[in-house]
Amino acid sequence: MIKVKDISKHFGKVKAVDTISFEVQEQENLILLGTSGCGKTTTLKMINRLIEPTSGSIFINGKNIADEQPETLRRGIGYVLQNNGLFPHYTVAENIAVVPQLLKWDKKKIADRTAELMEKLHLSSDYLHAYPNELSGGQQQRIGLARALVSDPPVLLMDEPFGALDNVTRASIHKEFKALDELKRKTIIMVTHDVQEAFELGDRICLMDKGKIIQSGTPTDLLFSPPNNFVKDFLKDQRLQLEFKAIRLLDIWDLLPDLHKTDQSPTISANTNLWTGLEQFKFTDSETISISKDQNEIKIIGFEQLMSAFNQYKNKQGHE
Amino acid sequence: MNEHQQTLLEFMQQQADKLAVQTMQHIGLTFISLFFAVLIGLPLGIVIARKRQLSGSVLGFAGVLQTIPSIALLGFMIPLLGIGPKPAIVALLLYALLPIIRNTYTGITGVDAAVKEAATAMGMSKWQILFKVELPLAMPVILAGIRTATVINVGVATLASFIAAGGLGEFIFGGISLNNTNMILAGAIPAALLAIIFDFLLSLVQKLNFRKLKRSSYALPIVLLLLSSFYFIPTAYGSKLTAGFTPEFMGRQDGNLGLESKYGLKIHTIVISDAVMYKAAYQKELDVISGYSTDGRLKAYGLVVLDDDKGIFPPYYAAPIVRNDALKKFPELERTLNLLSGKINDSVMTDLNYRTDYLHQSPERVAKDFLVNHKLFKPARKANEENIVRIGSKIFGEQYILANMYSMLIKGYTNYDVSTKTGLGGTKICFDALTNNQIDFYPEYTGTGLLAILQASSKTINEVTKNKDSTYNYVQREFKKQYQISWLKPIGFNNAYALMMREQQAKSLNIKTISNLKRYLNSK
Ligand SMILES: Nc1ncnc2c1ncn2[C@@H]1O[C@H](COP(=O)(O)OP(=O)(O)O)[C@@H](O)[C@H]1O
Ligand SMILES: [Mg+2]
Repeated sequence: MIKVKDISKHFGKVKAVDTISFEVQEQENLILLGTSGCGKTTTLKMINRLIEPTSGSIFINGKNIADEQPETLRRGIGYVLQNNGLFPHYTVAENIAVVPQLLKWDKKKIADRTAELMEKLHLSSDYLHAYPNELSGGQQQRIGLARALVSDPPVLLMDEPFGALDNVTRASIHKEFKALDELKRKTIIMVTHDVQEAFELGDRICLMDKGKIIQSGTPTDLLFSPPNNFVKDFLKDQRLQLEFKAIRLLDIWDLLPDLHKTDQSPTISANTNLWTGLEQFKFTDSETISISKDQNEIKIIGFEQLMSAFNQYKNKQGHE
Repeated sequence: MNEHQQTLLEFMQQQADKLAVQTMQHIGLTFISLFFAVLIGLPLGIVIARKRQLSGSVLGFAGVLQTIPSIALLGFMIPLLGIGPKPAIVALLLYALLPIIRNTYTGITGVDAAVKEAATAMGMSKWQILFKVELPLAMPVILAGIRTATVINVGVATLASFIAAGGLGEFIFGGISLNNTNMILAGAIPAALLAIIFDFLLSLVQKLNFRKLKRSSYALPIVLLLLSSFYFIPTAYGSKLTAGFTPEFMGRQDGNLGLESKYGLKIHTIVISDAVMYKAAYQKELDVISGYSTDGRLKAYGLVVLDDDKGIFPPYYAAPIVRNDALKKFPELERTLNLLSGKINDSVMTDLNYRTDYLHQSPERVAKDFLVNHKLFKPARKANEENIVRIGSKIFGEQYILANMYSMLIKGYTNYDVSTKTGLGGTKICFDALTNNQIDFYPEYTGTGLLAILQASSKTINEVTKNKDSTYNYVQREFKKQYQISWLKPIGFNNAYALMMREQQAKSLNIKTISNLKRYLNSK
């Protein structure tokens, strides 16, 4: 869907982005991860031509974006900024309506679509006529997301979209983000410096440093097959938590025994990660949890079985 | 105090018509120029916000314009645009430019980069970003600039009266030259009120929230145009000829008021400063002007004086006035000064003035040439440094010439030494110097003595200004009585107020007197 080929961006002597390439599949959620100043934003902005690359090319659906009108290109790409970039002189409704108006939608269509998004993003329609400075940070961020989604663009670029939020708000927005059907259909490139966020939201992650991509792969790839110490060190501090988040119950399914007990707690899907499994013990306060795979196979397991399977899995990864 | 306020109010009531006209003109001038300043300044501000490398030179240039003194700027405009509203509007516009350009620039460059980036990223074109994002967000700052410009313009517009563009300056500067406090206040108070009111109204607009601002930014140009049109409402009654009178002349009984009451003269009149009046008459922008009968520019610009056949202008015969104790101290002084008496008539004085004012010859040379031609000149004798005669003069050309002549005569005919204190401001300064024994004599005019120094009652004035001798006799008698100062024999010329026209036009219309002028204006 999106193909980035050997792009570089030099600001004078600074090589902000240095010959990087990656591809994003349709409906995939790719994370650009790295410390501040490593070139993530620059990379992202080259995709909607807010910045023109020094060299290299970018293709969306096989078309070189350099051949398109920048305005036309941008109207087909949603963009969410860290500090939301809402227009302070527009109401919420007017902010959301910016792109539809550029696309010359009629009033009714704009109003309907706005109402739909407000509901999906759990925003009361009372806010439609408020100005951005009358809203909380979390609400502003949602409006920023609504503005980017309103014309249902196939591609969404997000630059540290949750960076300005406190941890509690961020966690709840992460949940909504994953649950939002609008986003499931989209090809998303998201920039973050937060490893947890990257592992939580990303299908694949490009770990960047000093303008280059150090590793690009799934969260488990980063955890269990790092090409060098940089990646290892980058993940070191939060390794255990990351592993719980990266490994799905499905990955260790074969290593899990079935205790054949009866269990009252709600069944969780094997598609969820280990972290969710562990949380289930806490929420239900029971000795065992039940996990279902493909709706038909169900295993009842205890905490020890889960941890033992996890350790076996890790050992296996280490030997590959 | 109470009485004073009442008289101001009375003055304003009495002059209500004029006050209304001047106020309208003032508002009109302010906003026509503001309108054009916005029309030019706003796009310029936008351009330099886009191309920042230009901002230094454009802002610098507008800044320099603003440092030019207003009178000088108006002066520069006259050769380019003549007199009247055009040069005044251009000058005001230039003053208003800087705050508008600067605030547009600051407003636009101050818009949050993230907001601009968001607008770009959503696919807005440059123009869409300008009109939908940058200008609305910069609007409060731009409005602040317009507000500053408005207040500046209300102030500078008072000077428009110098070049015949009207406005409240007519009262203010007329009042200053007539030393009429009520008249000054009748112009200054409304001007200050206008500044305060517009400042307040614009501050309200500035504080509007974005929603209301959007609506009012459409209304603004309309309001501007409406206020601008005020200038054209009071177009004065037309007549065949146009007169240009100084603010001072406008307010004097022995000026325009007398022309109206004694001659019944009704002429389309604009108020203009003495500095540009003569030239404007020469350039046919004006037909009739109020000047001084011995002014050198009369000759330079081919103008003739109309005969004051009903005698409304009091005689201003020039004669040296001397303190009595100086006459005693310098026994030969009176005889020496009287050498000049009767030697210089109006046309001779005009010619002498023409040489200094227009040909830029030095007063000293002009004085000497005259004395030599009239066989009055004698080379300086050896002076006795104990006996110094101190000569004073007012601050204009004619007085310099006379002071030089007297100096040469004293040196040539007596053994006294001479020191001259020329350029002593106006009448009051000169006369105070004389009474306080700082100078011994200076040339004064009978009319000035009567009106400015003695401040005679209007009854007396009516009586004694019938002819030149009765005026002279009256001031001579009163000065002796009140100040122990003597009027020596008149020099000969009468530097009075006069109406003048271009010689050619006067001839072709067969106008020789003010009554002729009136008859011509009334015919058909
Ligand atoms: N407009 C610019 N001019 C000069 N240097 C820039 C500019 N934008 C970014 N840089 C530099 O490029 C590098 C990468 O910046 P950026 O892409 O914003 O990093 P990140 O988003 O990963 O924090 C930094 O060293 C930054 O200082
Ligand atoms: Mg960044």
